[in-house]
Amino acid sequence: MIDYPTLKIIWWLLVGVLLLGFAIMDGHDMGVGTLLPFVGKNDLERRVVINTIGPHWDGNQVWFITAGGAIFAAWPLVYATAFSGFYWAMLAVLWALFFRPVGFDYRSKIDHPTWRKTWDWGLFVGGAVPPLIFGVAFGNLLQGVPFQFDAQMVPSYSGSFWQLLNPFALLAGVVSSAMITMHGGTYLAHRTEGDIQARAIRGATGAAIVMVLAFIAAGFWLQSIAGYKITSPIDPGAMPDPLTKTVVREAGAWMANYARQPLLWLLPALGVGGALLTAMLLRARRTLCAFVTSALALLGVIGTAGASMFPFVMPSSSMPAASLTVWDSVSSHLTLGIMFWATVIFMPLIVLYTGWAYSVMRGKVTAAYIRENEHGAY
Amino acid sequence: MVSEQLVDLSRLQFAATAMYHFLFVPLTLGMVWLLVIMESVYVMTGKVVWKDMTRYWGKLFGINFALGVTTGITLEFQFGTNWAYYSHYVGDIFGAPLAIEGLMAFFLESTFIGLFFFGWDRLSRTQHLLVTVLMAVGTNLSALWILIANGWMQNPVGAEFSFQTMRMEMTSFWDVVFNPDAQAKFVHTVSAGYVTGAMFVLSISAWYLLRGRDVEFAKRSFRVAAAFGLASVLSVIVLGDESGYTVGEAQQTKMAALEAMWHTEPAPAGLKVIAGINEAEAKNDWEIEIPWLMGLIGTRSVSKQIPGIAEIKERNRARITQGIVAVNALEALRKNAHDTVALKVFEAHKADLGFGLLLRKYVSDVNQATPEIIERAVNDTIPRVTPMFWTFRIMVGLGFLMLALFAAAFWSTLKGECMRKRWLLKWALFMLPAPWIACELGWFVAEYGRQPWTIYGVLPTHLSVSTLSVQSLWGSLAGFVGFYTVLLVVEMFLMVKYARLGPGSLGTGRYANEPVHA
Repeated sequence: MIDYPTLKIIWWLLVGVLLLGFAIMDGHDMGVGTLLPFVGKNDLERRVVINTIGPHWDGNQVWFITAGGAIFAAWPLVYATAFSGFYWAMLAVLWALFFRPVGFDYRSKIDHPTWRKTWDWGLFVGGAVPPLIFGVAFGNLLQGVPFQFDAQMVPSYSGSFWQLLNPFALLAGVVSSAMITMHGGTYLAHRTEGDIQARAIRGATGAAIVMVLAFIAAGFWLQSIAGYKITSPIDPGAMPDPLTKTVVREAGAWMANYARQPLLWLLPALGVGGALLTAMLLRARRTLCAFVTSALALLGVIGTAGASMFPFVMPSSSMPAASLTVWDSVSSHLTLGIMFWATVIFMPLIVLYTGWAYSVMRGKVTAAYIRENEHGAY
Repeated sequence: MVSEQLVDLSRLQFAATAMYHFLFVPLTLGMVWLLVIMESVYVMTGKVVWKDMTRYWGKLFGINFALGVTTGITLEFQFGTNWAYYSHYVGDIFGAPLAIEGLMAFFLESTFIGLFFFGWDRLSRTQHLLVTVLMAVGTNLSALWILIANGWMQNPVGAEFSFQTMRMEMTSFWDVVFNPDAQAKFVHTVSAGYVTGAMFVLSISAWYLLRGRDVEFAKRSFRVAAAFGLASVLSVIVLGDESGYTVGEAQQTKMAALEAMWHTEPAPAGLKVIAGINEAEAKNDWEIEIPWLMGLIGTRSVSKQIPGIAEIKERNRARITQGIVAVNALEALRKNAHDTVALKVFEAHKADLGFGLLLRKYVSDVNQATPEIIERAVNDTIPRVTPMFWTFRIMVGLGFLMLALFAAAFWSTLKGECMRKRWLLKWALFMLPAPWIACELGWFVAEYGRQPWTIYGVLPTHLSVSTLSVQSLWGSLAGFVGFYTVLLVVEMFLMVKYARLGPGSLGTGRYANEPVHA
């Protein structure tokens, strides 16, 4: 069996992998949803847009559900504290997501303009709201959130929903929204042609530029934000108890990992470079390559957030010692081991059959396809 | 201490969203296999009507599935949003099956459902059948892992409390997976789903037959549903009995409550068909009983006794007293982890820790518990008898009524005369809601019957909630109810519309009611 400290690190990486998988797979569906009302000018065009993701969105959404389940299993304290603390933000994500399964399946089952337009906006909400809120949530994590534990380890949260909407967090929300829009637009460019493709490319390029600017601005801002630092000795193999350490807040603490490990600068570089490359490749109509560079940009941005905070996962601003870290908010050794092997076995299978599903459905979605499949397509 | 209103609202919200989700799950579980059967016949015979059947019933399946997905995410979110302490306390065990469900089952189901709908022209016949089978396997595996998690709430095996981390930790994954309660629950629940799928197809086909439209299509659908339904309903009844037989204290308490067994009776106990329940005096004013039957079902012997409510309460009173000792020792250990005396006391009493925690509903310091408070906590350990007794009987009654219907339908379709028996077709049509009612009641019996615990004997419900404001709960509850109501209306509207359109909605030109704009 792998030793406990290593497993703790592996799970930090695996949660990252699941979040990245979610951003790449469900993210491009959400980006397409965000662009739907703008790149599809009439019902037929919108059906084309929807059918590029029609056969896949459901499988892709499972990245989100599995990431949630994995956090529950591997980081139960993070799951408990974040979901209850961000109560209304989580419900907003959830309620936005409600629009998608029904939106996709029900929209084209009734041939009425109001019916279809309503679902189009539902799909827009389902695509645009979750990435925005996740970005805002990350923006708050970087500043610390006001939660604490009592002696029984009952978590309580002392902030309000409105406090989440502070300027830095909103900027992080812009980064996240723009990034997902870029990614969805790139995917759409690959799967469509003609006017829709041209609009998708314009949307994705604009989003890439916004993302780069916002990301760089957030990076500079981050240096003046009070980060967190553990000041007591760390025993990585200890039984997880977040109340046994001491933590201080300090401006620039989030830069410490980069100073220690300069190679980490590759992550933000990848975020910026990937997005710029995506914009250039889209101009050249190299859509598949652009999708890959866009995915790399996602890796860069999400990796930057993770690397800045490591080993913190959820710092507490009201009781810094209670901050949740990679070392002390995890499951037992046994559970982490079992979950690791479950992931090692099933993740490659998932990638394999997802790839097969995409290859079966490959090619451009066209207006002619929709007309031929009037009753089968979304 | 947590306010009682917060606990009640949190429970109400979870119950409402779970029961709502469970309107869609059973139909999905059953319909996938019907689709597999229909498509297999198509692949084997090449008769296009079987492909149309797969596609048409698949369309209705999709309308239902969309809401199943929508409402399913809520449940995964809610453990964290509304049951934070629960998530912390048992996440080490409970989270694992949920995550594995995603990795092993939900990905499979959701990826292949896309190809099921969109892959007809891009896959060979056998490939498409394989896709349908994988979708069905995924759906049913999904139910397996969820019920492993749920079974653990009823019978928490393979885990131990750790005072250092203040939570339950897994000691054996295989004990959790092969928990007899979980296995029995899985088979009973998926079979109930198969019955639901069969009833859905049977009822709608009966309606087409009554109207004399799309007869060839409807007759075949009716036959498949009747055969599949008969096998499934037999399995529900036989295996429902199996889940009564599984041991475990949660089941003993539940059985005593739903049988209104106020006192242990001499073995073998009789089965009460109906009774006049008097909760205030803890007795039945009158009862109609079949001698011996309950003892035979519940213990598979003529000599073993089934404990009654009074006896279970006495046992629990002793455990609560022991539990107070455990709570005190735990507090000492939380202050000083090296307190060896406290550790010894705790190890000796930790099996009853959960019973001590029951008192926290009334006092934050368990040493302040007066005999009256202990008495209240003892009474809490038994769920209310009246709702348990009657919901269980309605569920079982509906089960036998469906058995009769499927048997009659199967017999008549064997003899090829289902068309002529209009009474049978009408009966099939009017029984449409029966499996849903039975499923919801079954869910109620299982979950309400576990109260006052979220994890039986380990974690009381009132301690499990998130520390949210009551206003937040009112807000979210109203949001869920409002949103769900709208979605349900939309879903029912589409379902009725497409059931009325019938296979003509495929636009193949082979059926009645073809859309004009095709």
